[in-house]
Amino acid sequence: MATDARAKRHYEDIVVGAPYEYGAYPVTKEEIFAFAHAYDPQPHHIDEEAAKLSLVKGLCASGWHSCAMFMRLFYDGMLADAASMGGPAIDQVKWLKPVRPGHVLKARSTCVEKRVMRSRPGVGICKMQHEMFNQDDELLMTMENAFFIAVRNPSAAARETGGAA
Amino acid sequence: MSTYFEDLELGRVTELGSFAFTAKNIKEFAAKYDPQPFHMDEEAAKSSIFGALCASGWQTASVYTGLNIRARQKREAEARARGEEIARWGPSPGFKDLKWPKPVFAGDTVTYRQTIAELTNFKNRPERGLLVTRGEGFNQHGQLVYEVSVSILVPRRVPLGAS
Repeated sequence: MATDARAKRHYEDIVVGAPYEYGAYPVTKEEIFAFAHAYDPQPHHIDEEAAKLSLVKGLCASGWHSCAMFMRLFYDGMLADAASMGGPAIDQVKWLKPVRPGHVLKARSTCVEKRVMRSRPGVGICKMQHEMFNQDDELLMTMENAFFIAVRNPSAAARETGGAA
Repeated sequence: MSTYFEDLELGRVTELGSFAFTAKNIKEFAAKYDPQPFHMDEEAAKSSIFGALCASGWQTASVYTGLNIRARQKREAEARARGEEIARWGPSPGFKDLKWPKPVFAGDTVTYRQTIAELTNFKNRPERGLLVTRGEGFNQHGQLVYEVSVSILVPRRVPLGAS
């Protein structure tokens, strides 16, 4: 059990500056409707006819649904085999283009900075830049956040980071 | 009321209501969008940094949006009933400074509110202003568990500079 846990991706395995690409997530009309009825029942997310007349000119997913679908992509692509400890915040999200039914989403994530918490040497923080695209490589959404990930060898990692706060 | 940019008052607070997070709705959301063990399984959650089953942060955020949109639609329906013209809000370019300061556990009830935080005019976009709303959610102990600043474009009744 301990061996299995240590085999997962840890803080030490995250390479700063190396883009990691993953996906795919097919977006369906049914799922757009279901999410929107629960969490964002605006006409352009729940009614195809009304959506045509709206500012976005056609049915599209709620921006919060886009975030949720990105989360699933990120989980399947990066977190499922990582010793993740969650994330406390999202610094910024930009909804650049509508996510439409029929899109197949994929994502690219780059760690731009990482450090070990001085107060908790077993916990590393990775600052990430994420981009979500459709099958035609159109950039639909960007996200910046930091997440916590377990450190495999706390004493060695702390020395390397220089004991950053 | 409050459908055009000119009608918005900086600092005005709207109470949006509450939502009860249960093990069932936490696991349902997580199974679709965020199946990390601490959102899916009580036993696994016990040994995680959170100590107990807790909601995906995206569920906490999505519930806020649902309450916010329904509150806005209620205001619009009331205005429509009074025969007022309804402005079409949007689109939303995104959000910033989203924080989940504490976990939302199964059994917690979160009460949300919204404050008008920023109102910005654009010289090059005289027909719309940018509204930034500050959303907050508090658990039943009064602890802040969610905050976010969401941007949305709101039409002006009279374009900026027009008389």
